Amino acid sequence: MKREVMIAFERSIPVFLGYIVLGIAYGVLLSQAGYGILWAFFTSLLVYGGSMQFILITFLGTDISFLSVFLTALSVSSRHIFYGLSFVDVFKHMGWRYPYMVYSLTDETYPLLCQDDYEEGVDVKTIRFLIAAFNHSYWILGGVIGNALGNILPFDSTGMDFAMTALFVVILVNQLSGKASKLPAIIGGICGLISLVLFGPSSFLLPALLATVALLCVLQGKVESEVH
Amino acid sequence: MTTMFRDFIIIALCILATALTRGFPFVFFGRKQDVSPIIRYLGTYLPSAVMAILIIYCIKDTSFSSLANFAPQFIAIICVVILHTWKKNTLLSILAGTAIYMFLIQVVFI
Repeated sequence: MKREVMIAFERSIPVFLGYIVLGIAYGVLLSQAGYGILWAFFTSLLVYGGSMQFILITFLGTDISFLSVFLTALSVSSRHIFYGLSFVDVFKHMGWRYPYMVYSLTDETYPLLCQDDYEEGVDVKTIRFLIAAFNHSYWILGGVIGNALGNILPFDSTGMDFAMTALFVVILVNQLSGKASKLPAIIGGICGLISLVLFGPSSFLLPALLATVALLCVLQGKVESEVH
Repeated sequence: MTTMFRDFIIIALCILATALTRGFPFVFFGRKQDVSPIIRYLGTYLPSAVMAILIIYCIKDTSFSSLANFAPQFIAIICVVILHTWKKNTLLSILAGTAIYMFLIQVVFI
């Protein structure tokens, strides 16, 4: 068991720093929005999604429609649909750990679990479970620490919420650096802008998402034929 | 409906959406080939489209009435794009971009 813990911990180190820092940013922003430690702890425990949780902060306390919340949440998390496909068989053989492994499959946990090179004689199921659990705990820890520090920061934190924008830009740059078409991002951008002008800041999200899905379906042939 | 109750529902919806998207492939049991083509197509291309929308969402309250209202975010976003394309370091890009933005709105564009 000790050997498994060590291996899992080593493997999760790259994620440790990222999750702690981003988690702290989340916790700070959450506290500045007026939500305390329990909110930080439970959202990080139960929602467990970086982009999702940052967007969540902007929803809290407003009267945004539940439909907008749900559809936005589905869209933001939509990329997770494909992570699981690689692990259907692997997770099903993990017994009681199965539901947790499914739920904790985040952007960062996914590549760690893809690594297949384990030494002889170790319990791989335990290691995989621990990697997922360690990552989750780093995230929760960051959120709680950030939230606790949120109101006693030694510097003026005006503008810190730009971290969310920066996160999304980084994700987009990563997505566009591959060989796939850049057209979907352009479609999303145009639908978003037009929707913003037509419906205003508080109501543009839903129409933008719906229009984007519709346009993507209509332009499927064009999108799939473009390879860079 | 009180704000707190509303907030609980909002969080619950986010949990539900996350659970549905992460659990989706396991519900279908099978291999990638078993998933309907349109779902597979959207799963591949929707993410980058949504990211573009989300970035617009982040700057949705921007007004162009004065330089200070839009210059900081656009400059900072461009910096993030350049830095990340160059160094490919997520943490660095986010931290530097945020620091640049905070500097711009606190010191440069009052």
